Amino acid sequence: MEQYLKFFIFIPFVGYLLSLLIKQKQEKLIANIAVATSFLQLVLLIVFSVNWFIVGANVLDIKQVTLLTTPEFDFFIDFYFDKISVVFLFVGSLLTLLVAVFSKSYIHREPGFKRYFNNVHLFFLGYSIVVIAGNFETLFLGWEMIGITSFLLISFYKNRYLPVKNAMKVVSLYRLGDVFLILAMWLSHHLWHGNISFFQILDFNATAALIHKHQVLATFIGVSIVMGASIKSAMYPFSSWVARAMEGPSSSSAIFYGSLSIHLGVFLLLRTFPFWQHIFIIKVLIAVLGVATSLICNSIAKSQPTVKTQIAYASITQIGIIFIEIALGFHNFALFHFIGNAFFRTYQILVSPSVLHYLIHNQLFSGITKKVTIPSKLSNTFYMLSIKEYNMDATLFKYFWQPFKWVSNKLLILNNKYFYIIISILFLLGIYFDINTFQFHPILLKSFVYLFSFISLMLILLSFNERASSISAWLNVVYGHLFIMMCVSINSHIAFSYLLLYLLSICFFGFIGFQAIRNLQKQAALITLEQFHGNGQLHPKLSILFLVACLGLIGFPISPLYIGIDLLLTYIERDQYIIMIFVALCLIFIEISLLRIYTRLFCGIPLYSNEPISFKSA
Amino acid sequence: MQQSHIIESNDSIHGIIEQLKHYLPSQSPLKDFVHHNSLHAFQDKSFFEGIFNARDIFGYNVTLNIDEFRNLFRLGRISHEVLNKIIIEKKGTDQLQYWLNKLLNEELIYTKDQQVGKIRKLWKSEYKIDLDNRVHPVLFRIICAYLDQGISISNFPDNGTGLINNLRFIEKNSYSSFFKSKRAKALLLNDDICIEDVLKLLVGENIPNKMYLFDQQFAHRGWSGMVSAIEDNPQTLLDTKNVSLYDFIHLELLLEVDALDQQFGESWLPLSSKYRHHGSSDFYAKPIAMEDEVLILFQEAFEWSYYDKVLSSFKHKYSTIETNIDLPNFQAVFCIDERECSLRRHLENVASPCVTYGAPGFFGVEFYFQPQNGKFYEKLCPAPVTPKYLIKESESAQEKSHTIFYSKLAHSFVGGFLLSLTAGVVSVFELIRNLFSPKMTPAISDAFAHVALNSKLTVENKNLNDTENGLQIGFTIEEMAKRVEGQLRNIGLIDHFSSIIYIVAHGSSSANNPHHGAHDCGACSGRPGSVNARVFAIMANHVAVRKILAHNGIHIPKDTLFVGALHDTAADQIQYFDTLLLPTNLLEKHVIYTQQFENALDLNAKERSRRFASINTKADIKHVRKQILNRSVSLFEPRPELGHGSNALCIIGRREISKNIFLDRRAFLNSYDYKTDPTGDLLVNVISPIGPVCGGINLEYYFSRIDNQKLGAGTKLPHNVMGLIGVSNSSDGDLRPGLPLQMIEVHDPIRLLVVVEQFPEIVLKVLKSSENIFNWYAKQWIHLVVINPQDGNLYQFKNDEFILYKTVADKTEKVENFHELFENATEMSAFTIENATTENLPIYYLN
Repeated sequence: MEQYLKFFIFIPFVGYLLSLLIKQKQEKLIANIAVATSFLQLVLLIVFSVNWFIVGANVLDIKQVTLLTTPEFDFFIDFYFDKISVVFLFVGSLLTLLVAVFSKSYIHREPGFKRYFNNVHLFFLGYSIVVIAGNFETLFLGWEMIGITSFLLISFYKNRYLPVKNAMKVVSLYRLGDVFLILAMWLSHHLWHGNISFFQILDFNATAALIHKHQVLATFIGVSIVMGASIKSAMYPFSSWVARAMEGPSSSSAIFYGSLSIHLGVFLLLRTFPFWQHIFIIKVLIAVLGVATSLICNSIAKSQPTVKTQIAYASITQIGIIFIEIALGFHNFALFHFIGNAFFRTYQILVSPSVLHYLIHNQLFSGITKKVTIPSKLSNTFYMLSIKEYNMDATLFKYFWQPFKWVSNKLLILNNKYFYIIISILFLLGIYFDINTFQFHPILLKSFVYLFSFISLMLILLSFNERASSISAWLNVVYGHLFIMMCVSINSHIAFSYLLLYLLSICFFGFIGFQAIRNLQKQAALITLEQFHGNGQLHPKLSILFLVACLGLIGFPISPLYIGIDLLLTYIERDQYIIMIFVALCLIFIEISLLRIYTRLFCGIPLYSNEPISFKSA
Repeated sequence: MQQSHIIESNDSIHGIIEQLKHYLPSQSPLKDFVHHNSLHAFQDKSFFEGIFNARDIFGYNVTLNIDEFRNLFRLGRISHEVLNKIIIEKKGTDQLQYWLNKLLNEELIYTKDQQVGKIRKLWKSEYKIDLDNRVHPVLFRIICAYLDQGISISNFPDNGTGLINNLRFIEKNSYSSFFKSKRAKALLLNDDICIEDVLKLLVGENIPNKMYLFDQQFAHRGWSGMVSAIEDNPQTLLDTKNVSLYDFIHLELLLEVDALDQQFGESWLPLSSKYRHHGSSDFYAKPIAMEDEVLILFQEAFEWSYYDKVLSSFKHKYSTIETNIDLPNFQAVFCIDERECSLRRHLENVASPCVTYGAPGFFGVEFYFQPQNGKFYEKLCPAPVTPKYLIKESESAQEKSHTIFYSKLAHSFVGGFLLSLTAGVVSVFELIRNLFSPKMTPAISDAFAHVALNSKLTVENKNLNDTENGLQIGFTIEEMAKRVEGQLRNIGLIDHFSSIIYIVAHGSSSANNPHHGAHDCGACSGRPGSVNARVFAIMANHVAVRKILAHNGIHIPKDTLFVGALHDTAADQIQYFDTLLLPTNLLEKHVIYTQQFENALDLNAKERSRRFASINTKADIKHVRKQILNRSVSLFEPRPELGHGSNALCIIGRREISKNIFLDRRAFLNSYDYKTDPTGDLLVNVISPIGPVCGGINLEYYFSRIDNQKLGAGTKLPHNVMGLIGVSNSSDGDLRPGLPLQMIEVHDPIRLLVVVEQFPEIVLKVLKSSENIFNWYAKQWIHLVVINPQDGNLYQFKNDEFILYKTVADKTEKVENFHELFENATEMSAFTIENATTENLPIYYLN
């Protein structure tokens, strides 16, 4: 049966490709492909599940394809199927189908009709991958796709200010979550001394024994997983992003933040349960997060005066409760709760515009009852905190993003040619060392590794804070990438062919992006970074090209860099956690810097346009 | 350069706030949606002067841009002949080539440079702080929570003392604060501090307070306008709130101080320390430039290209009008709404020799309505009128139904838990049902639910002491007779009464539509007019009323009955009221007429369907009708109907002028018979609401179409309902007044042309009788043409007098039947708004 699993990926993938090929004007065809894709997936799932159930409902696992093998590392795509997959795939396909039918009329005549459906396809593909992934590497493939589609759908109205700003906000947090997953992957490479599939963790005794031997390491893996899950499922203190994400058409908000995307944290916890069940502290952590989130978000939900944010927080409250259920081991119940919550919130968001008529009409007959009691000081306090969303946005900014801004502001002094001359020399030295490793003392080499990882982080932070030139911001990311590569290469010998692959992809996407900016400059568009320029409206093709270049450099699965980054991680030794932290930070800020350049250049309110231009506050 | 200041300098804060209130959008909460001129503040100027002023000061787009006009010219929608004629009229024959070249070929540069907002940019450029980003989210959250009408479960601790006092109270009684710095909070808590003091701290001396406050408030015109509208009319909220623009500005200034203190400590200098500009200290009107004159010429040519065809068809038709003396089988009075234009045309064809009339849809009866068990009164008359009467409903069999999906329980901890496990699972079936077989649910705004079919209404007042909250319950016989007579005389229905006279009001059902009020009857304050139709019919059927009417010369036969009805313009359904009271002989006739109405509705649905891509117009007509009905109850349908989109004309005159002319649902039709009004006294009544009602609708559509981002509400799809009073695009966005994109796509941005059938000198006298009426036309916010009944000649109102108008077009196409016309009309191409309106069909005669 396992060999049929690949069709769950194949169907959405073909749907996506077809959808890309259709012309914008053929609305009906575009929508019908989305409907057909999700319908086929649903039918396949039902047929497959029934058969699977008849033959005994055993967990399925198949090592589908090996992408890369090195002596230490085996990068393979693995599919896995169990009860959790059935439930998530069922809810996912059904809701995607319903939302596709809904959107067929709803999105009609919207200028982004095709873009919308393409994103729904890409989301569906990513979701399906996550749900039937058999190892972290496969899961992460889908996880990243969902992150990017979230970004693209939140910024669906890319010529207004708030959608773009909020898309950046959300994707930054998502990226943080991604990197926790990367950390979990890196740590588990070292725990198991190789790539591990979820199927292997099922062996209760072996896993328990291994975790017992490496308590600390295992706990770190557990924490990373929980963090990744918490961000995706908007646990406290990350909850406020969901309210900010309600920028796209209601139908996309419904499917992403009402139902599917936001429950992926729940999925991740259920999927990795065979691992963290052995670590008591992780259970406590999940339960505490669940309790805190459900209490705080419930209080926020109650005070929300806008319908979509109210639904968002009410949904998070329930997900908090689901986290508690998972920690306590009520997994079937948690699955059922997920189904109910996903359906319920999707429906509520879809009908949210009706609330105005319904409630006003109700009031007409039930009247208004004004409270006469004077609220207590405590209740006032909670009310105000709820209106301020418990300062989550501000706190996260102050304690996480602000320090990096501060550092990168300090780094501005490096922004001169001497710095670049020095690092160029260092880079050449690095190549020399790399070729002649054996001639040098390991300590010298190791210090170079540290230095290079540090330089790459500096370069990327410089790009992150660049306000003037998008070209230098872009190049800094490219240089940063090269230094990461060099750092890992010196650290442990990598086969030349892989290095070349890595190098070529950096150069390829680096060049495309560079040319896109140059072209934009030639056409007299503004290319500074101090504000959004909205050039995408006049230069839609350059906009797409540049986005592709960004995705390539981010390591999105359209570029070999995706494997490269994974590969690198295995070469960072277990005791080199400082390098790992630098690299992890690099991965966060590479994505943020690149998308920042993309949004500043191509999104936001256009300076010149024949179309009506929105107000910034709208 | 000559510059005239258009916003008067006035240094007192209250003076500035008065001016702000004048320029801010005046849209009420959405439940009371009433169309009005989006640029009402500029209506004291002539149209082009006003709109260009608005553009220069606030940065709105106010006309199509030059490329769009040129494209319309290429498409043939701006006629070459008309363009030439307009240029010659305005510039002289010798200038024709010069201007033609400018209009069609020359590269013209339009710079966008708005006056409001410049000073505010200094915060970012000089202080490197994005104050809007810091202040808006918190400001919007506070004001939205404060005004919220019932979305939230924990409410703002409101003690009714006004926004600022209330904030003082809760800031004092809380361990948390909306402020992050000490000073701002202290400034709030100090009762002696007023706006002027905070302005001094924040802005300093060199920048006029007015400039600063205009910049600040127009950075979020949606919320400011809403606060101002609620301040002016607190009764528009069911849960009334004590709020003022003064308090709102006070709060915003304090939040600005807070943001600056947080960023720089308390030592920053006021904004004027960085202000170097020493030019005009006030907003000013620029003179009209050559580039703008090009736009004016194009706009007028665009308008007259359409009007000319219409007028030419009227002129040719006029000579052939014969007065029909046969008694019609029935008569039907509709609202003047242009959506009824097509239904009337179809009805006249399938139910010949019936006669239809048009009158403003409150049918001359103004009152508040209290439905059975209702806790509030609903106003059912044009917005500017304040009625003195109350009509109460009783003995209604209608049950109120509820749905669990909006239950507040869903948002609480335990309730949400239980509901997501139960209703949650059910909801997916609910969604599937709605997607594949949509039907009416309590969540959908149902036009027919406004009043129950056979409930009792307190129409007659028998005792003047019978009052409630200062309103007289019901009308006395004399009051009824006065209204019925006035209404009948206005529309010229004073003899030849048939045995049934339908009074057809209209409303609109739609799902998922916060703007549903905009689809309902504008003459009934954005509500269905069903109660008005019922009340009018009951009055006109009253024996005592008939007696007075007879005494005044209107003899309605004893066996003639008026029947109230409601037409749902989205679903294309009609419901008739009080038919149980009909005697058998009339009931038999009524059954026949009902069938004729049904046939007309079928055709009407078919005509409408040509604009909906999801419906195949060529399909079986019953199937089309069913799909039209489904649209009105489909959650996924952002266009249940197209509202007033494409409105362009208003005809005041006998039905014969435009009967059997295909006007594509673009004309408001107000019945009026010049023969019964030799002095013009009736015309005053008839024409005075045309400006505010039809003109208001037309101009709101005009501006929402021209600048859907700044003056319209943008696309509906991301809208988030805020506090049940408005919509915004996201959780942190400003309110979006105006019309959403889905309502204006098919609209051609042209002004209203009013055509009156009457002698020019009488019309002139009527216009001059009231400055309010006169200004609408004299300042060209509406065009006016008169058909002289004597010779059928057309006279255009221009420079305050009537001038003979010669049409350019000389021929109008004929069609044999409508089916072909609808079936063969061009489908709109999917994406560009410019092309969307090319499917507005030309004028046809029906053979």
